[in-house]
Amino acid sequence: MKPALNDFSIHVATVNGSGSQTANTVLMRAIFQMGIPVSGKNLFPSNIAGLPTWFTIRASKDGYVARRRGNEILVVMNPETATEDVAAMGPGSVIVLNEQITVPEVPADRFVYRVPMKQITDAVTTDVKLRKLVINMVYVGVLAELLGIEAVEIQRALEAQLGRKPKALGLNQQALEAGAKWARENIEKKDPYRLERMDANTGKILIDGNAAGALGAMFGGVTVVTWYPITPSSSLVESLIGFLDRFRRSPEGAATYSVVQAEDEIAAIGMVLGAGWAGARAMTSTSGPGISLMAEFTGYGYYAEIPAVIWDIQRVGPSTGLPTRTMQGDLQFVSQLSHGDTRHPILIPSSVEDCFEFGWRAFDLADRLQTPVFVLSDLDLGMNNWMSEPFLYPDEAWDRGKVLGDDELAQITKFERYRDLEGDGIPYRTVPGGHRDLKGAYFTRGSGHDEAARYTEDAATYARNMDRLNRKYETARDLVPAPVVTEHPNAQVGVLAFGSSHWAVVEARDQLAKTGLPTGYLLLKALPFTSEVARFLNKYKRIYVVEQNRDGQVAQMLRAEFPAEAMKIRLVLHYDGLPIDAQSVTEGVRRQEGVREAVAEVTR
Amino acid sequence: MTETIEKAGGDRNRVGLTRADYDGGKTTLCPGCGHNAITAAIIQAAYESSLEPQQVAKLSGIGCSSKTPAYFLGRSHGFNAVHGRMPSIATGVHAANHNLLLIGVSGDGDTASIGLGQFCHLIRRNVPVVYIIENNGVYGLTKGQFSATADVGSTQKTGAVNKLLPIDCCEIAIQLGCGFVARSFSGDQKQLRPLLKAAFSHRGTAVIDVISPCVTFADHEGSTKSYAFVKEHDAPLHSIDFVPYFEDMHVDYEPGMTYDVTMPDGSHLVLKKLEADYDPTDAEMALHRLAEAAREQRLLTGLLHVNPEPRGFDVDQKLVDEPLAALPLDRVRPPRVVLEQIVDQYRQGKVAAAAGGG
Repeated sequence: MKPALNDFSIHVATVNGSGSQTANTVLMRAIFQMGIPVSGKNLFPSNIAGLPTWFTIRASKDGYVARRRGNEILVVMNPETATEDVAAMGPGSVIVLNEQITVPEVPADRFVYRVPMKQITDAVTTDVKLRKLVINMVYVGVLAELLGIEAVEIQRALEAQLGRKPKALGLNQQALEAGAKWARENIEKKDPYRLERMDANTGKILIDGNAAGALGAMFGGVTVVTWYPITPSSSLVESLIGFLDRFRRSPEGAATYSVVQAEDEIAAIGMVLGAGWAGARAMTSTSGPGISLMAEFTGYGYYAEIPAVIWDIQRVGPSTGLPTRTMQGDLQFVSQLSHGDTRHPILIPSSVEDCFEFGWRAFDLADRLQTPVFVLSDLDLGMNNWMSEPFLYPDEAWDRGKVLGDDELAQITKFERYRDLEGDGIPYRTVPGGHRDLKGAYFTRGSGHDEAARYTEDAATYARNMDRLNRKYETARDLVPAPVVTEHPNAQVGVLAFGSSHWAVVEARDQLAKTGLPTGYLLLKALPFTSEVARFLNKYKRIYVVEQNRDGQVAQMLRAEFPAEAMKIRLVLHYDGLPIDAQSVTEGVRRQEGVREAVAEVTR
Repeated sequence: MTETIEKAGGDRNRVGLTRADYDGGKTTLCPGCGHNAITAAIIQAAYESSLEPQQVAKLSGIGCSSKTPAYFLGRSHGFNAVHGRMPSIATGVHAANHNLLLIGVSGDGDTASIGLGQFCHLIRRNVPVVYIIENNGVYGLTKGQFSATADVGSTQKTGAVNKLLPIDCCEIAIQLGCGFVARSFSGDQKQLRPLLKAAFSHRGTAVIDVISPCVTFADHEGSTKSYAFVKEHDAPLHSIDFVPYFEDMHVDYEPGMTYDVTMPDGSHLVLKKLEADYDPTDAEMALHRLAEAAREQRLLTGLLHVNPEPRGFDVDQKLVDEPLAALPLDRVRPPRVVLEQIVDQYRQGKVAAAAGGG
């Protein structure tokens, strides 16, 4: 049998709340530390404890990190889902089965290793509660032995996780070693799967997008953070609270930030607007249901022109939807959130590096444009761990935008809050408490106002103001992050994707190129569309827009904004709540390109 | 005492401003609207308290009352927000700059209906805001529907009778631990002004519920918030003097007949008792008397409850002294070495795993 080296997926089926997370993290980190490209997907239910959960670790010598449809190795720890989990495994796969769990007979072309997990665990500790936890480390030991994960890396990963809890560390070490020992003595390895040290990860880190975004926000100088707990966004603010507490206090312990857990998302965005109006760098983080609640205030922020940063870690909707599954479902809604004529800049991170960078850059944009700026991440990017190059420290000073203080006010005879002096649609603002000069004050309102911020219902004034706001949106095109365009000299078709779909597209483009279908690629990083988007659409005969939603939201926006290219635009959609995989993209493109033969099973 | 300031400083107050310097735009409310009298009281109180317009932010929600910040303190910044959400704006403004004095104006619809949640949570956090409810029991801008503060049996102009129990914002505020809760009447400037001045000195949420008759939709026979009804049923707890911190207490009050409340800035609120045995520091008593008065159709006005030294929001937050909004980049962007340190922890895996199921 051909050995399968550093290129397979391990699927661990457990019960949530059972403590498997530490075990899976140790497993993933050990592989990472062996220099092998790795990714992890946590598929968990909307539940605290007791429901099925799966964790999939993909090792890929080629560096692919998207979800895959199939898995080569299954660890069966949950009797409830065992039958289905086992049935999903194909020929040649490996099934590590907790011996206590009975499953229907497995075809002979699968490699089944029955492990007496209970006996192994019982020998480690007599404490019944602890047994339930450390049993997870037994399968880590078994896999380490079976796949050749270096003991020293497992040990390092375990120490990093539990180093501060010596008792737990000791017990987990024993369980780990007991699992490995049992495997060494009892498993006769027949399967081809092995891990072997590579050198692909030097200097890299593993981090989830929410922590990365939180770090970015801290280095962006955030001063006011408001939030209402919601999956999958909560961990962003919780990470941020942790960072701020450590790194944003004076020597005396006084905070240079304020975090408020609001009573709901309406209050959360209200606090952000209040703080932004008063000159703070303010942000909130939420998910779809919270975005829905923020609609009225967002329109206010747009119309009254108040800087705000709003993270939306997208999850499956509508309504409660699948709150612990991923989706790119809010783009269209957010882009025009609120009643009336509204348009909002949106940053769309596709990597944890983007999360970090947009974490600070969003504040500069919001201050420059004096408007709410959204960052649309998703559950897959936000809550899963991703490999990354070390984050780059912001290489520029912050941009606080057009804010007038006493020095500037002294030079003018009249301050007009909403006068467009430079033709970019962006007026000058002042902040309460930010000046002594009495002429700097103005009255902020969501109702009709003229250039001097005075109330008016005058028709021409209203229209003039709306046109200026549109001019400002046009200005945003030159300020938002440009897309990353990858040209291919022989390509007739282009692929346009954004956000977490990127990783499936990277892999799919390689698959397509191998089967004679090279593609150009535009990775969209923001709305409004920049000039690169127009050029890209124009260049290719057909454009496949890859999205993780049912209706092709960005494709609809592209068709509306570039009607001349509308007929070129085709859709590759994925909307079942699971992170998109490369095979779906490859098949979607090939089917529409008229390639009849079935796509070869995506294996090595 | 207020007269002495005016005389002492001519027409300029301690910060060199005249009363006119505290004016705002021209009112667009109905002639005779109670809200205009409250606006006048705010202007006078701000002038007498020598508020610095640069350090005041006026905030409001939506409704007739919420329009009024445009009519006073025209040299201060103002924020006329969305319906019922002024408290969240106030919380954000305070977090950004805790040196600002926030004057929030709301109405009974804005506070007791659409904004009841935010009102409660503002008080719960004790965000320093002078929260004025201009309470007339009706929705004026939408032409006279009952609000949640309308009394049982009160009628609309059309004759429709309110059958629902009213929400008493003062009771709620007291229950939630608010350290300054007052009720007044727009027609009683003598009571309202010192209450406002005392509220300016308070370091937490200060709620002043001002019954403010709507001349267009609720000033008829049958309305319990008409001028006539309020005048007839007004039951002041005390007469009130406010002695600012920069004034000496040079009036001798008869012992046993006055109640002296010292505010955090050293100002004094002197309550000359009219209602026997009323102790405004006793929250339970206040609730009891409010319920009793409601039964007897008496409108208790005055300082219902006071606790001058509650823990403020910014104290809870342990904020630096400077406004957060004014901090320079080097105070809010940790140095490069911190990023390197954090990145290294992620490289080593010495961080908690990403939250989630499992």
